[in-house]
Amino acid sequence: MTIPQISVFLENKAGQLADITGILSENQVNMRAINIAENADYGVLRLIVDDASKASSILLEQGFILTMTPVVGVTVPDTPGGLGRVLSIISQAEMDVEYMYSVFGQKDGQACMIFRVADTDGLTAILEKNGIGTITGEDLGIH
Amino acid sequence: MERYYQKEIETADREQILAWQNERLVRQVRHVWDNVPYYRAKMEEKGVTPDDIQSVDDLYKLPFLTKDDLRDAYPYGLMATPLKDCVRIQSTSGTTGRRVVAFYTQHDIDLWEDCCARAIVAAGGTNEDVCHVCYGYGLFTGGPGLNGGSHKVGCLTLPMSSGNTDRQLQFMVDLEATILCCTPSYAAYLAESIHERGLRDKIKLKAGIFGAEAWSEEMRQDIQNKLGIKAYDIYGLTETSGPGVSFECSEQTGMHINEDHFIAEIIDPDTGEVLPEGSKGELVFTAITKEAFPLLRYRTRDICVLTRKKCSCGRTHVKMSKPMGRSDDMLIIKGVNVFPSQIETVLLEQGYPANYQIIVDRINNSDTLEVMVEMAPENFSDNLGKITEMEKGLVSALKAMLGIYAKVRLVAPKSITRSEGKAVRVIDKRKI
Repeated sequence: MTIPQISVFLENKAGQLADITGILSENQVNMRAINIAENADYGVLRLIVDDASKASSILLEQGFILTMTPVVGVTVPDTPGGLGRVLSIISQAEMDVEYMYSVFGQKDGQACMIFRVADTDGLTAILEKNGIGTITGEDLGIH
Repeated sequence: MERYYQKEIETADREQILAWQNERLVRQVRHVWDNVPYYRAKMEEKGVTPDDIQSVDDLYKLPFLTKDDLRDAYPYGLMATPLKDCVRIQSTSGTTGRRVVAFYTQHDIDLWEDCCARAIVAAGGTNEDVCHVCYGYGLFTGGPGLNGGSHKVGCLTLPMSSGNTDRQLQFMVDLEATILCCTPSYAAYLAESIHERGLRDKIKLKAGIFGAEAWSEEMRQDIQNKLGIKAYDIYGLTETSGPGVSFECSEQTGMHINEDHFIAEIIDPDTGEVLPEGSKGELVFTAITKEAFPLLRYRTRDICVLTRKKCSCGRTHVKMSKPMGRSDDMLIIKGVNVFPSQIETVLLEQGYPANYQIIVDRINNSDTLEVMVEMAPENFSDNLGKITEMEKGLVSALKAMLGIYAKVRLVAPKSITRSEGKAVRVIDKRKI
């Protein structure tokens, strides 16, 4: 079960991020998670929102460059070592995590992380085998 | 079946063309000597009189004219007919001191429009066509020239002028325009807009006539593919009339110069010496039929090659290559010659849009070259590392082409200003 992620090209100049969040709020799109990777000149803004297809068509219309990627949402025990356990399971399975970041808030006392891997099905299967839950879009109020 | 606007002229044999040129040159030199004191003084300085010019073979004896002369003689110093006979001016967009103002009699306009009509017919135009002209109208020669040519051919002419892309596309679709005339950069912009709006199936274009700025073969392919048309180059300059001095035929291997109106020479830009056919050098024009503004041996600063190789289209007039750069557009960066068209070629090869800007600066006495490039959807990824890899690939391709390092700055789409006429490709901040 994957979650749609929107990645947007960010030119490194003042107000770019504010522009995007402004456009989303004007269109009643709610953000569930946000992450930025950047170098000195540009960056990639990654977003999980409640309505990805609406958000992406609005941003495309506004001339932004973006791409949609399926990512996996993972529940992580909100205790010391919780994330470490998840990561060691993934590394033992010899899967590469391209990047990861956290989702706002908690679910039933558990934290929630977004994982970007090449093989989303493989990751889901390994986690389930080890008793680690994944979350669906529905869990995050995504429709 | 190849069609021509003026078949007898366009397919005349070499002897006939030379006969016209000899007769017209002799008459023109006399006309200028009698009516343009500025040029007469230049001739006297060189010790040349009209009697020394008996045929095209004597052309080399005449002094050159340059943009500096146009500035010195501004505004009326090179006008060769009384004001009462002139009906129009056209002008370049140059800033004060570099601006060119050219004059036309009604006869001059007629011949200029004939030249543009030849270009339209060579691109397949007939009186059944709908010709969409979005070169600027007004002082710029592009709009008026192609507009007049289109009338002569009998096309339904859409005098759109430049700008307002929404309106351009609406007319293009609703009136089913078949021939598009504009700058190549605006054509590329329109092609992008047509794709973005999903109008590709609604346009009826079959040919485009694009000129007024340098464009690469790669850009031609890009426009042809995106619009599903054949894209023809057209060449001209305000000093010699405007577009239509030369134009491409179906062979797309160079532009036929209208030799019944213009004598072309290739010279060594450093020595002024005339070079043999096939040599690369600066293009020089002598206008032999113009009345009001007849420039003799005008140095265009365009570097190109002339060829008389037989053309499959049947036209016999000499062909010029696409200008390989303008001697005054060429950048010397860290002592290396850089033409913007080289950078354009690399960008298109690497899948980036041809909309770019070159920023040259001098920091701590060392030249810097930065190329601003717009991010393209196909080069974007959610993985920053992959984008960085692509960027590195572009940097090394530029290094391979130019021989020097160019910093690449990836920017958001449409963030490089698109003038709806000529694109500003180079910003040179150096104070040299």
